[in-house]
Amino acid sequence: MNLSNFKHIILIVSFLCTVSLGFGQETNEKNQSGNDKNQKCLKCHGNHTFKYMNEDFGLEIKEAMCNNRFIDTIAFAQSNHGMFKCTDCHSPEYESFPHAGNLRMGLMYACNDCHGGDPEYAKFHFDEIEEAFYESMHYNRAPDAFNCWSCHNPHSYKTQASKGGKISETVTYDNNICLKCHADISQFELLTERENINILKTHDWLPNQELHFKNVRCIECHTQLNDSLLISHVVMPKENAIRECTKCHSENSRLMASLYKYKSMESRKSNGFINAVIINESYVIGANRNKYLNILSVIIFGLVLSGIFIHTLFRIFKRK
Amino acid sequence: MASEKLYLYPIWIRIWHWMNAILFITLLVTGVSMQYSNPENPLLISFERSVELHNLCGILISLNYLLFIIGNLLTSNGKQYKMKTKGLLTRIFNQSVYYLFGMFKKQDAPYPISAENKFNPMQRFIYSTAMYVGFPIIIASGTAMLFPEIIIPQIFGFSGLLITAIVHVIIGFILSLFLFIHLYVCTIGSSISSNFKSMITGWH
Repeated sequence: MNLSNFKHIILIVSFLCTVSLGFGQETNEKNQSGNDKNQKCLKCHGNHTFKYMNEDFGLEIKEAMCNNRFIDTIAFAQSNHGMFKCTDCHSPEYESFPHAGNLRMGLMYACNDCHGGDPEYAKFHFDEIEEAFYESMHYNRAPDAFNCWSCHNPHSYKTQASKGGKISETVTYDNNICLKCHADISQFELLTERENINILKTHDWLPNQELHFKNVRCIECHTQLNDSLLISHVVMPKENAIRECTKCHSENSRLMASLYKYKSMESRKSNGFINAVIINESYVIGANRNKYLNILSVIIFGLVLSGIFIHTLFRIFKRK
Repeated sequence: MASEKLYLYPIWIRIWHWMNAILFITLLVTGVSMQYSNPENPLLISFERSVELHNLCGILISLNYLLFIIGNLLTSNGKQYKMKTKGLLTRIFNQSVYYLFGMFKKQDAPYPISAENKFNPMQRFIYSTAMYVGFPIIIASGTAMLFPEIIIPQIFGFSGLLITAIVHVIIGFILSLFLFIHLYVCTIGSSISSNFKSMITGWH
């Protein structure tokens, strides 16, 4: 290789390095700016342990972060609120450490403190959701303790998870919201004096219990249907929960107005099936029927009965 | 010969047959009640009761089917369900002509019942198809629906549960047609009730 060729190679390699480093720099800067704004808080709250300096004794102390003060940084970044600074919602005084004790006494924002009356968010019906919430047994049993964040974690909430994607994922996501308290006594007792929770026992009347739990959301039976809201927020007392199978297992399946409401608004692909959107991902006995098979079966059955009837008539007339 | 009594149905066949009849009719009624469930239709059994009964009778009829298979393996009754394919269509055609025309002209049955031939060729074909094709499919699909976790989620882009359910319903419908035709054909005997009595006493 002569000197000229060697110079060319060096130039090309240098150019490529410069360009790639430049792109890398730009991407890193974007991430950096996103992380930077919350870096100070997430350094401790984004980990299960945190360190601080006890300056009185010159000791570095490592402690466990309380579970309910821990923020899943990835879930937060992907959530609807992921673009906010911590101090957009929490007091800027939290920026100093140790945090002042009286900060805990401050009330947290509720959804409508930001979203209420805002035409940009009108499509989410926050005002109607709030009205429905005030009717719910959750609010009425514990009006001081129960708020939006009791169910919807502001640090991980994703609207898309409720209305898009696969139904099975939506069911899991939504049921996990309920199970956070109803399957964990330590959370449950924060809001009620009741000591026993055993949803398996209270639902032992349900046939194929596991299948129902996997494919149906708790709120299908435990909330009042609402025409204008995608997800009803009027959680009913257990005495009013739906126990009639035919509410879902019938032509006028309740699921079409609840679990499959969004899908049924998006697409009504039929192929002759009643409640076709359900069978795209599942099958509900009684709710899914095929009108062509129904008509065919009635015709065949009618022909058989007619044949039997005519044959009987011949037997009667030719008896002698 | 015609007046000579034949012992065609030993006790195990009669027990199996009447168990099968009771369970099948219960499955038919509860199956229709589930498929067309409607709280406002008083003719249907309630959905929850239908589910319980359908599951119970489905398991019992499957066990009863085992009795039928074992009985047919251990006794000569199994031969009644075997047939030669050669000339089968002609034999079925002859029997059809008898049912449609011959019996009204007082002609003799082309294939009279004997201890070796309990069924005429048409019965032999239909009973064999129902018991050795229809029953295994409906039992397999019913078992799968009783344990839906064993069903393949997607088959060629369609829900496995849906395909299983449709197969179950279609075979159930065909077998219920068989039941109606079977009941009617049983009235074609020396008297309307003679064949029913035979399945109680064993004597034809």
